[in-house]
Amino acid sequence: MAGPRNISVSETSRPVLPRHAKLKFDETRQVWVILAPERVLAPDAIAVEVLKLCDGVRSVGAMVDELAAKYAAPREAIATDVVAMLQDLADKGFLTQAREKTS
Amino acid sequence: MSEILADHKTTDPGDGLAALEARRSTAESFGIPLAVLAELTHRCPLQCPYCSNPVELDRAGSELSTEEWKKVLSELAEIGVLQIHFSGGEPTARKDLVELVRHASDVGLYSNLITSAVLLTREKLSALADAGLCHVQISFQGNEPIVADRVAGLEQSHQKKLEAARWTREVDLPLTVNAVMHRQNLHQLSDIIQMAVDLDADRLEVANVQYYGWALKNRAALMPTLAQIEETSRIVEEAQTRLKGILAIDYVVPDYYALRPKKCMGGWGRQFFNISPAGKVLPCHAAESITGLQFESVRSNHSIAWIWQNSEAFNRYRGTAWMPEPCKSCEFREIDFGGCRCQAFALTGDAGNTDPACTLSPKHEEIFRQAECEAAADNNRFIYRNFAGGTLETGGDDGA
Repeated sequence: MAGPRNISVSETSRPVLPRHAKLKFDETRQVWVILAPERVLAPDAIAVEVLKLCDGVRSVGAMVDELAAKYAAPREAIATDVVAMLQDLADKGFLTQAREKTS
Repeated sequence: MSEILADHKTTDPGDGLAALEARRSTAESFGIPLAVLAELTHRCPLQCPYCSNPVELDRAGSELSTEEWKKVLSELAEIGVLQIHFSGGEPTARKDLVELVRHASDVGLYSNLITSAVLLTREKLSALADAGLCHVQISFQGNEPIVADRVAGLEQSHQKKLEAARWTREVDLPLTVNAVMHRQNLHQLSDIIQMAVDLDADRLEVANVQYYGWALKNRAALMPTLAQIEETSRIVEEAQTRLKGILAIDYVVPDYYALRPKKCMGGWGRQFFNISPAGKVLPCHAAESITGLQFESVRSNHSIAWIWQNSEAFNRYRGTAWMPEPCKSCEFREIDFGGCRCQAFALTGDAGNTDPACTLSPKHEEIFRQAECEAAADNNRFIYRNFAGGTLETGGDDGA
């Protein structure tokens, strides 16, 4: 089955785009898009940057570390923004939790 | 079918997401549509009396070949189409469906299967998922076999659909339940909503029948009463609130009971085209019902982009310049683009007239009354859809 709905995003989450949501660069229109059932959405530059990090391996905490280092910004502020954005994307069904892997 | 493409959802821009349409309006430039409907075949094991296919069905012998469809898919991806909806008829009646889905994936198209599901097996679904299918939409005719199998004109169909819906979720594909609603199944709406929840669907489309083609032939047997429509709206609104985050519910109001016409296909030739089994490029899947329009084919010497931008059929009703009164001076002309051309043709004999669904149409009152009378008369016998031009239901008409 697909990942659980209504996931709660925290720094330990490892979010990933579900199979039915695809992030891709639209060459014709020169914009990043999320393709989903019956919908084409255009995430803004920040959302694209964050979504590219959502590989189901990285934790949200690690993503925040990366972004804080890249933009030399206070970690706490970035964490608040990123968790809020990811939670919003998850609520809309564009993110799911990576399933536990038995390694 | 048309319902799902009429409006891509708009999302609150505050979350870093914007609906692409809203942000890059193709208003006057006729940019290539984001999504295209590929009607692979008109063949179908079901005989639903409201089928959205034209009354004149394309025969199997006229269908595009596998290679022709592959070429079309490649061309669509190349010109900027992002999503492909495989539909029919019943698309799984094509033996090459997995191959076509795989080709769509290879050229970067997001693929959606719009199916009656009765021909699906778990193995077929697995193969489709492996080929890169992104989403499955299954139509339902009711929430239990007595009504559902009668509407479909096929025994055991409801049971097969339930089974296929479960397999869809088992292979981890997202599921949309499409419930086509009319007078003879609206009493099941609450149960249909619960069925969609139980099937673990992500979305439910509560799609009231749109009355052209086969459905127009069957209007007397299908037209809901005003009381039913009011009850439907109440049930849908209650469920939308209760199931927020669990099941998204899209609701298509029936035209005849609306005050303003729908923005059919997002406006003629503005953001949608479909390709018929025989390869015609059409502004909507019912467009061939409008006599006097010539539609170009992918088998012609023209590219698909040329047909979209330059063909006479697409340009005839594009924008607002073609409009007569009362549309011409109407403040809503850029909102609904005069409604549905096919409906205007079917009900007034001229596709250039205002859609009678609009209260400003001189025909509106007459047609609304007619619908009310038909609904009240309660003649429930169907004319089933088939290649023979339709077959009248035999036996009792006590289905509701």
